[in-house]
Amino acid sequence: MGVSVDETVSTGPVRDHTPPARRLGGRGRSVLEVALLTALAVVMLFPVLWMIETSIKENRDVYAIPAKFFDFKVTMDHFKDVFFASGGGRSALSVSFLNSVVVAGVSTVLATVLGVPAAWAYSRFAVKAKKDQLFFILSTRFMPPVVVVIPIFLMYRQVGLFDTKLGLILIYTAFNVPFTIWMMKGFVDEVPAEYEDAAMLDGYTRLQAFWRFTLPLLVPGIAATAVFALIFSWNEFVFAIFLTSSDTVRTAPPAIAGLIGGTTVDWGLVAAASVVFALPVLVFAYLVRKHLVAGVTLGAVRR
Amino acid sequence: MAGIEVTALHKRYPDGTVAVDHVDLSIGDGELFVMLGPSGCGKTTTLRAIAGLERQTTGDIRIGDTLVNDLPPAERDIAMVFQFYALYPHLRTRDNLAFPLRAEGLPKPEVHERVEEAARLMRLGPLLDRRPHRLSGGEQQRVALARALVRRPRAFLMDEPLTNLDAELRADMRTEIKHLQGELGTTMVYVTHDQVEAMSLGHRIAILNKGRVEQIGTPLEVYDRPASLFCAAFIGSPPMNLIEVEVADGKLRSQSGLVLTPPPSLPRDRCLVAGVRPEALEVTEPGAERSVPARVVSAEWLGDEIIYVVDHGGQRDVRVRMPPTVRFAADAPVGLRHTGGPPPVYDVSTEELVA
Repeated sequence: MGVSVDETVSTGPVRDHTPPARRLGGRGRSVLEVALLTALAVVMLFPVLWMIETSIKENRDVYAIPAKFFDFKVTMDHFKDVFFASGGGRSALSVSFLNSVVVAGVSTVLATVLGVPAAWAYSRFAVKAKKDQLFFILSTRFMPPVVVVIPIFLMYRQVGLFDTKLGLILIYTAFNVPFTIWMMKGFVDEVPAEYEDAAMLDGYTRLQAFWRFTLPLLVPGIAATAVFALIFSWNEFVFAIFLTSSDTVRTAPPAIAGLIGGTTVDWGLVAAASVVFALPVLVFAYLVRKHLVAGVTLGAVRR
Repeated sequence: MAGIEVTALHKRYPDGTVAVDHVDLSIGDGELFVMLGPSGCGKTTTLRAIAGLERQTTGDIRIGDTLVNDLPPAERDIAMVFQFYALYPHLRTRDNLAFPLRAEGLPKPEVHERVEEAARLMRLGPLLDRRPHRLSGGEQQRVALARALVRRPRAFLMDEPLTNLDAELRADMRTEIKHLQGELGTTMVYVTHDQVEAMSLGHRIAILNKGRVEQIGTPLEVYDRPASLFCAAFIGSPPMNLIEVEVADGKLRSQSGLVLTPPPSLPRDRCLVAGVRPEALEVTEPGAERSVPARVVSAEWLGDEIIYVVDHGGQRDVRVRMPPTVRFAADAPVGLRHTGGPPPVYDVSTEELVA
């Protein structure tokens, strides 16, 4: 329709009439859009809002019927309980948060350090049966964790990795390396190999050429990939609950889940722990958002 | 400066692809040598092997008197210009030019002097403080050329350096490269798939096909006497007319009766194909002397010339290049005759030049 309008008004003064009509249609549509999006946002964000509210309510307000949305007393006790034990000292939850940081952080770094050079190699060199190898690497992600967790549990018990942070780090790295290779290969493909060729002619070795010229151009891609790897490791639940048993090793997801299941559930504590758990990834993603958007679209567009 | 010798080069990739089957080249000191061929013919792989960016499976490469098979690219004392320019994106033009010199560890004043000289030679003055993304394609390629020549290498390797430029700029840069090479007298190996570039630049041209050298010769040799049917069909626009002929009464005669000037010493008992350039044929009024009856199928009016596609009763229509003053309507009955000297003649089965 727009096309026919343009054709008819290309010379005459009729042009002046058409844009308001279209703008009106546009306004009508945008009102509907905004309404729908608002409704959707409320539905999506309500649980998050409720979690935040619950985390700062006193216990009797948490259980109040009808539910109190606004006029409750704000308390930070639940957050204090997340970090400190009732008798003083650190709480089990705070230990599990620290475990999560260590496990997710180290496994992400490992996956990046192993995956990026591998992706570079797959992108740059003629490797025998390259496609089959890449498919094999990806195939390790086909199975849901719950399928392999029992055999891994048995193996871990044999080699003494059960209930250790190292065990979790290894399994998360193993899951993140294929993802990193696949995602980074797309990014490396985008960087012309000629930069490295030119650098090699200028007197650098192949590895130096990669390090000095290709790697800096890959930073957005690495940031995007690392965020996804970090989110996977941070949120992972199945391996964490099967492969750990003690409070000193357990990561946050099973630890928070462990709060539910007694005779009474301290919902305020659960909510506060969840808020603390959700924050780091949100903050991290926010910090690298520029790279994240650039990275994701860059990798997605083929030349 | 140095010549380049490539002996029995063979390159096979781990996945089994043979990029270069067998290539022998002998490139003279100070020569502008062009490798020409369709994509996948092995010309770029050969160049990259000379540069040291690919390790050949077998065969030897000598630059000057040095056997460079096992030398890394940096120690071969060559400079290369790439199709995608490959300027370091985070460096200004000035630093891009200085980069290879600093990598060599030259003292600062000399780096400065050489950068200035290269910039003057390629007229880069106003561009020196810009980064690559603020340069046009042509400017980037001039910077890339300048970066190659600051090194004062023993040889330049050019990998389709003009392919990404638009037509007008390409012609300018072609002139510039030819002039520059003449001025510096440095050996240059130039890879292209564009025959116009090859013809206008090269002192000699090597035509590659399927990892083998089909012909090496000066542009005129390559144009006048293509060494194989492949070369005959590859060089020239429009390409040679390949006309099936037989020898009769000491003459070359096509099925349609078109008579061609015979080359001396023709083999008799074989299926032959004559390669006739479009300008060696002539469209005439019907019934003109020595002409065979023919019909105009179509005409391309190019302004300075007309390319007639003519059906003369042979197996294939032939193309004839005529001056714009000679005009025939499409479908008009005409005559066709051969006006050139003896055409190159090929054996159909071996596809090679026999006379």
